[in-house]
Amino acid sequence: MTGSPHTVLAGNSVRLVMLKVLVALIPGIVAHAWFFGPGIWVSLLLCTLLGVAFEALALLMRGYPLKPFLSDGSTVVTAWLLALSMPTLAPWWLYAVGMLFAILVAKHLYGGLGQNLFNPAMIGFAVLLVSFPVYMTQWPAPVELASHTPDLIESFDLVFAGQGAVSPDAYTTATPLDLLRTQRLAGDEVGGIMAQPAFGVVGGTGHEMVVLMYLLGGLLLLNYRLITWHIPVAFLGTIAVTAGVLQFLDPTNHPDPLFHLTSGGAMLAAFFILTDPVSASATPRGKLIYAGLAGFLVVMIRNYGGYPDGVAFTVLIANMAVPFIDAYTQPRVFGHGRKEKGK
Amino acid sequence: MRKLHAFNGGVHPEGHKGESTGRPIETMPLLPRYVVPLRQHIGEPARPVVKPGDRVLRGQLIGQPEGYVSVGVHAPTSGRVLAVEPRPVPHPSGLADLCVVIDSDGEDRTVETAPLDWRAMDPSALRNRLREMGLAGLGGAVFPSFIKLNPGARRHIPILILNGAECEPWITCDDLLMRERAADILAGAEIMRHMLGTEEVLVGIEDNKPEAIAAMTAAAGGRGVEVVAIASLYPGGGGKQITYTLTGRVVPAGGLSTDVGVQVFNVGTAYALLRAIRDGEPLVSRIVTVTGHVVRPGNFETRLGTPVADLLRAAGGELPDATGQIIGGPMMGFGLMDEAAPITKSVNCVIVKNAALFPAAPAPMPCIRCGACARACPAELQPFELYWYARTRDFGKTQTYHLFDCIECGCCSYVCPSHIPLVEYYRFAKSEIWSREHEKQAADQARERHEFRAFRLEREKQEKAEKLAKKASERLEGGAVAAEDPEAARKKALLQAAIAKAQKAKEAVRPKNVDNLPPDKQREIDAIEARRAQAGQAEQAAETEAKR
Repeated sequence: MTGSPHTVLAGNSVRLVMLKVLVALIPGIVAHAWFFGPGIWVSLLLCTLLGVAFEALALLMRGYPLKPFLSDGSTVVTAWLLALSMPTLAPWWLYAVGMLFAILVAKHLYGGLGQNLFNPAMIGFAVLLVSFPVYMTQWPAPVELASHTPDLIESFDLVFAGQGAVSPDAYTTATPLDLLRTQRLAGDEVGGIMAQPAFGVVGGTGHEMVVLMYLLGGLLLLNYRLITWHIPVAFLGTIAVTAGVLQFLDPTNHPDPLFHLTSGGAMLAAFFILTDPVSASATPRGKLIYAGLAGFLVVMIRNYGGYPDGVAFTVLIANMAVPFIDAYTQPRVFGHGRKEKGK
Repeated sequence: MRKLHAFNGGVHPEGHKGESTGRPIETMPLLPRYVVPLRQHIGEPARPVVKPGDRVLRGQLIGQPEGYVSVGVHAPTSGRVLAVEPRPVPHPSGLADLCVVIDSDGEDRTVETAPLDWRAMDPSALRNRLREMGLAGLGGAVFPSFIKLNPGARRHIPILILNGAECEPWITCDDLLMRERAADILAGAEIMRHMLGTEEVLVGIEDNKPEAIAAMTAAAGGRGVEVVAIASLYPGGGGKQITYTLTGRVVPAGGLSTDVGVQVFNVGTAYALLRAIRDGEPLVSRIVTVTGHVVRPGNFETRLGTPVADLLRAAGGELPDATGQIIGGPMMGFGLMDEAAPITKSVNCVIVKNAALFPAAPAPMPCIRCGACARACPAELQPFELYWYARTRDFGKTQTYHLFDCIECGCCSYVCPSHIPLVEYYRFAKSEIWSREHEKQAADQARERHEFRAFRLEREKQEKAEKLAKKASERLEGGAVAAEDPEAARKKALLQAAIAKAQKAKEAVRPKNVDNLPPDKQREIDAIEARRAQAGQAEQAAETEAKR
């Protein structure tokens, strides 16, 4: 005998949830390929294959069945998020190290699907950022500004053989956030720095378009009801407010809020990374606190920290606070007084 | 237009109402044999008052209410009592229960009935009559109606809600009843209104039943009854949900709707009440939906005690490749173990399953904390947290997260993308907590007994010593009465301290949840106790499933 209910929502599954996330990422990926060249396809494919391989290895070692867990799609989501967060055209082993930490350490050492305290892609990214900082600053230049953009074949060569006919200087560059940071440290004023072509209209040439597509994908997730408004709104809102206050206080040293929102990993994090349900806060009020904390930290790290973009670290710090936040933000239960709090 | 209040969450399972609404209510033919359980209501089962060989008439009392929370049980037709013995009953546990087996004589002779002059009757006498006539809630909870019709210290209940929501998929017995017997239902409500001193009568019907709404609205004209169409959203017919939807009043946790001045009755109960009072006929039949994978789905006026197998035959029988039956709806019903089990007051629907309509649940995956369950939960709980703590047997935490506010509606399991049988985990946790508290109570009682025994022995010793001392002093013939023995005084003080301490300890460990349980909870406990072993197995199975 099985207990009630005897019926479940047809077609609903973890796989479908993950598939929808992947679909929502596609606009951003296409924009990335369009504005930064086809190198993204190589890193996406590589990360996906590595992820599946590491996942299978971990499942075999742990004695779990392969089929349900390899086909649940969660590994592919992690792989795509890491690939989209990393510079394309980096050597293959860099992706391998990132995926190894993401899948074996961040996911399976914590118990596998549903058990990870931290966002696996961000663990992979943070490990790489700390361990291989040089590689992690060589970003592909936007097609519009680059003297040369490797095609698909050349991208494969660069990733797997590390050799190209053209010097890396021709197709890599620092991100706008990186430029801003180094030039500010050199004493330049924000206004002058941001007048450069790399900064585009609001958040950097190329970057701003990709970010726009992430926003579109994020709205798709909202439409699918896979995420609620709380995390994106609280995260982006806090970034805007914090950056706005700083700019108001000291405009020569702080870029405008719109730049913060449209550069780096902010938009990807707002809709796809912070919203990873496993590692995110799950209560409505908790989500606001969790994402607000992350938004505040992003601006702080960008303006005062040791890294140009702080998204990966802020996500991990916010993840860390989740059990605490959730325990103290339990919603009122039907029939209980409004003042009563969860313990 | 009444302002309606939306409760949190809810789900929209496929309705499947059309299958069984095509034909009017059909009356089941007389059967050669009926099996009438003595426990058809929440509370104490009725005590059999017939013995094998006795001749009975339709409507004759065969089970006497026993204790306060109990109602009578009556013979569904005339005939001879074959046996009074445990038989399979429709219950999740599949256990047998005491039944009166009646062989019909085919004459269907009835006891003499007379209408009750309810306006002239003393309310308490009226309630006693209803108790004896077997009235219990026909929405599925089968709580004795006479208790709910007692406004008690409140003197009156301002709002009476007739629940015609029928939110569970597949079930249509209330729908058909409202279409065909709307005036009778409202006449029954009139009596309820009289008994409760009600000012406002509301009828809540989900808007997927336009015919029922039309019929009830037409019948309500001039009666001062408001028929309200509510959104079709499961579990909108839950007592707390319909109370909130129609009145905006929130039934406090652990409380009853009467705490906020509302009483809720199923429309079928109102109809049965009218039959009892207008026709003087005890509750011996109800309408049951037979649907799903059967030849002729429909609704049947069914005598209580009709074996499910006979009812299925009346619906043309099961189609090939049937895979079992559900008693009740697909969201909260249970699997039937034995087709010989009879229809009781609580059975509103029999659904015959097949693999296409009710596919086997997909294998569970780990929880990804997506929160879909929390968004669907009408009790506004965090089901995934409850699951986590139930699974790790952290029962204290499950209570912190308000496990006992769970109404087991199944919305969380329904929407779970990981297909986790969440409700099973909550039932498991509840039954574990209840059994532990029972054990604790037993241990407390044993300790109290031991302490009292120690106290008694000590007291007897002391009394003996006093007696001896008295005797000794008498023997001394008026000699100086022995000064109070300092040793005895010390002992006495110690003893009193010990008693006080024990008393205090006893108060401190007052158990939760099992004290002053409403009878429906008590029945739930009993039911779950019976399933406990099974739930444990289910959990193990789920775990091995996850590790497959």
